[in-house]
Amino acid sequence: MAQKRVLMKGNEVIAEAAIRAGCRNYFGYPITPQTEVMHYMAKKMVQVGGNFVQAESEVAAINMVYGAAAAGFRVMTSSSSPGISLKQEGISYIAGAELPAVVVNIVRAGPGLGGIQPAQGDYFQATKGGGHGDYRNIVIAPASVQELYELVVEAFNLADKYRMTCMIIGDGTLGQMMEPVAFRDEEPVETIEKPWAACGRKGDSFHHTVTSIYIDPDVLEKKNLELQEKYKIVEANEVRYESICMDDDPEIVITAFSTCSRISRNVIRQARELGIKVGMIRPITLWPFPYKAIAEAADMPSVKAFLDVELNAGQMIEDVRLGANGKKPVYFHGRLGGNLPMQKEILDKIVAIHEGKITEGGNF
Amino acid sequence: MIDFSVIFAGFGGQGILSAGKMAAEAALYEGKEVSWFPSYGPEMRGGTANCSVVFSDEPIGSPVVNDADVVICLNQPSMEKFEKQLKPGALMILDSSLIKTRPTRTDIKVIAMEASDIASELGKMMFAPITMLGCMATATGCFTRDSFEKSLYEILPERKHNLIPINMEAFDRGAAFAK
Repeated sequence: MAQKRVLMKGNEVIAEAAIRAGCRNYFGYPITPQTEVMHYMAKKMVQVGGNFVQAESEVAAINMVYGAAAAGFRVMTSSSSPGISLKQEGISYIAGAELPAVVVNIVRAGPGLGGIQPAQGDYFQATKGGGHGDYRNIVIAPASVQELYELVVEAFNLADKYRMTCMIIGDGTLGQMMEPVAFRDEEPVETIEKPWAACGRKGDSFHHTVTSIYIDPDVLEKKNLELQEKYKIVEANEVRYESICMDDDPEIVITAFSTCSRISRNVIRQARELGIKVGMIRPITLWPFPYKAIAEAADMPSVKAFLDVELNAGQMIEDVRLGANGKKPVYFHGRLGGNLPMQKEILDKIVAIHEGKITEGGNF
Repeated sequence: MIDFSVIFAGFGGQGILSAGKMAAEAALYEGKEVSWFPSYGPEMRGGTANCSVVFSDEPIGSPVVNDADVVICLNQPSMEKFEKQLKPGALMILDSSLIKTRPTRTDIKVIAMEASDIASELGKMMFAPITMLGCMATATGCFTRDSFEKSLYEILPERKHNLIPINMEAFDRGAAFAK
């Protein structure tokens, strides 16, 4: 049963959703544009009897996450791009030790300290590694405040289920905007036993230890192969995406996630007013990526081309191209530095593609 | 109503972001879809502030507004910046107590009202954007007076309900300029 809709900021909803999902441990360090997550946690964690620590640094915060996760508790940290870079060592250790954790990245423009406006330049970092070693994180990209709430709750379930980091990736727009959100009376929290947790021996005959160090190459290889097996299961079961206006033989398919998918939704309507049938595939999980959905769209006879829209220089486009597998051209429109594309820019590009006036590639 | 978009702009501290939120709450009260997106960053009192609010009967596409149906301006720099972001035929409401020139565009409607003077008569400068909300709601029908009042009762804690009548007075003073 859903409650009455209330107007809330994306960042606040992230914190509220985590608490509703049973997260009682939050460790963070402030950074724009995600600081409201911390503000909310600082206020609410005390009220629900949880732990809130403003750590001395991002590195400290992620290692506190490692500790709480190792002890079997639901735990979250949040930051924005430069802070997430600092956390990568810990995220790799969490992957190696197979611990469940939720990490939120409200992306700002980079590289370096960059700026504080919305961007999606951390796609590669989020989906292709970020830290060292062969590991994966489940990466979820909500597109609205309501979805942010539902997917943060889900992130805790997925993290526990697969014992891995589940990363929520948004951007300054999603974090800062207010939209109505309807909370459920009860959350679909899945309680998963954690017999591996290092929370005391409790009469067991063995020590509960959590580690990511395996000096023997054969042992480490076996460990790695187990991880890869797990990632295959995630790839088979957890792909999520939304198809928009894909049922009536679209000619051009936009691929966009999060904020760019919101802007593109309006463009679909405008293009259709001009008589150009445009659809969209919006990946919700960036890893595992919906390659199959892209491949199926590439096989549709009506589809002439893809247009990938991102707030970066072209990162997800590599996955779109893998999915399209050379069957249809993939065009690109991106903005950098914290700027957002105007709807008209995207529409102009669609018209140009439709009229065959531009060449494929990373043109802006 | 599909994606009716409003930009509120002025100095930080004038109540720009709050006014945008109040408009969003009024539309939400009517069951509409709404989004509110602020300018954010190292802003300070006296610096510039703005927010974009979108109302719609359908799920909202972009919360980011490039071509607004209404711009509410409470200072000169905002008027100069945001007159470029209005649709042809759209409405600009400006605070003529603070803005001495007028937009250069001739294809938009302009309502100039002494919002800050009215606010100072009512006792607090924070009523200036409320008067302009009254003007906008009346001129465009984007939400009703009744929804605005009822949403205030819902969102404000009870100890602040005594402030609602004076807010409604500000709203009505502004509404008069829409006629």
